[in-house]
Amino acid sequence: MSKGEWPLWEVFIRSKAGLDHKHVGSLHAVDSEMAIENARDVYTRRQEGISIWVVESENIHASNPDESESFYEPSDDKIYRHPTFYELPDKLKHM
Amino acid sequence: MADNKLDYILQLADNALIYGHRLSEWTGHGPQLEVDMALSNISLDNIGAARSFYQYAAEIEGGDKTEDSYPYLRDVRDFKNVLLVEIPNGDFAKTIARSFYFDCFQFHFYTALQQSSDERIAAIAAKSIKEVTYHWRYSKGWVIKLGDGTEVSKAKIQEALNDVWDYAGELFAPNKLELEMQAVGIAPDLAPIKERWDNSVNEALKEATLTITDENGDWHHSGGKNGIHSEHLGFLLAELQFVQRAYPNSEW
Repeated sequence: MSKGEWPLWEVFIRSKAGLDHKHVGSLHAVDSEMAIENARDVYTRRQEGISIWVVESENIHASNPDESESFYEPSDDKIYRHPTFYELPDKLKHM
Repeated sequence: MADNKLDYILQLADNALIYGHRLSEWTGHGPQLEVDMALSNISLDNIGAARSFYQYAAEIEGGDKTEDSYPYLRDVRDFKNVLLVEIPNGDFAKTIARSFYFDCFQFHFYTALQQSSDERIAAIAAKSIKEVTYHWRYSKGWVIKLGDGTEVSKAKIQEALNDVWDYAGELFAPNKLELEMQAVGIAPDLAPIKERWDNSVNEALKEATLTITDENGDWHHSGGKNGIHSEHLGFLLAELQFVQRAYPNSEW
């Protein structure tokens, strides 16, 4: 905190009971308590939430965009992984 | 009696309005986007409470008065806010020091005001108390962080708290109007509020590893409650009232 920027935090908001926390954005704060207060002030001003999670961004490990070919493209031609080859009875709806 | 109640409601409104206006001056200038938003939210909470009181005042006075008549069309001597809320923002530490004293006062004051014999005033206090609870948590949190932070942050908040200290006393020195309102149960007794305020402030200062240097003892600035203001309020009102004064009765 002595120099430069405060640490970055990722913010997750639960919009109502029973729903998942969803990622809504990020913000700067010196500690978790301030991060929650800042999230309250920045992301719930218009009744967006009833619960807040914050995670320091440096604790999130992400997949590497450079590896997206080997990671994701192999699944493009495996359409048999989708359950689309079954004959559905007429009376079954909402599938 | 009805006139006195009107004046008392306007005093409650003026405190919230001028404090809210000062905080609104941070909008777009906060040291961090998050702080900018927080101070702006707190500003809006206070201006919202002020509106509720001004609306009530307009209903009591009747005629062509509206909630806008009071903030936009009164002169500086008609405002009855304490001097604490009109002092300039200074740097972030000074703004936080002022908020620290005033939010703590508002918290204990609105808590007591919920017992007002005037139902409307009690209802406005009850609505505001949730907001004020957060304001107090916010400014107290900053005093503790700055006090228990780096050498520089500690020195700055310590100096700011000492500077602003002599403005806090006016909050607890009742004037004639407040004593009259207290006698009929509309206003709370300020003495027990002062005790609670002392406890809360001292507890927070201890956690912040700070000590107030009170060179002037019981002496404090005063006058605002009776309309005798510092030169700063005139400039604030000039900005607040400019559009309405330049273009009377204009509407959006």
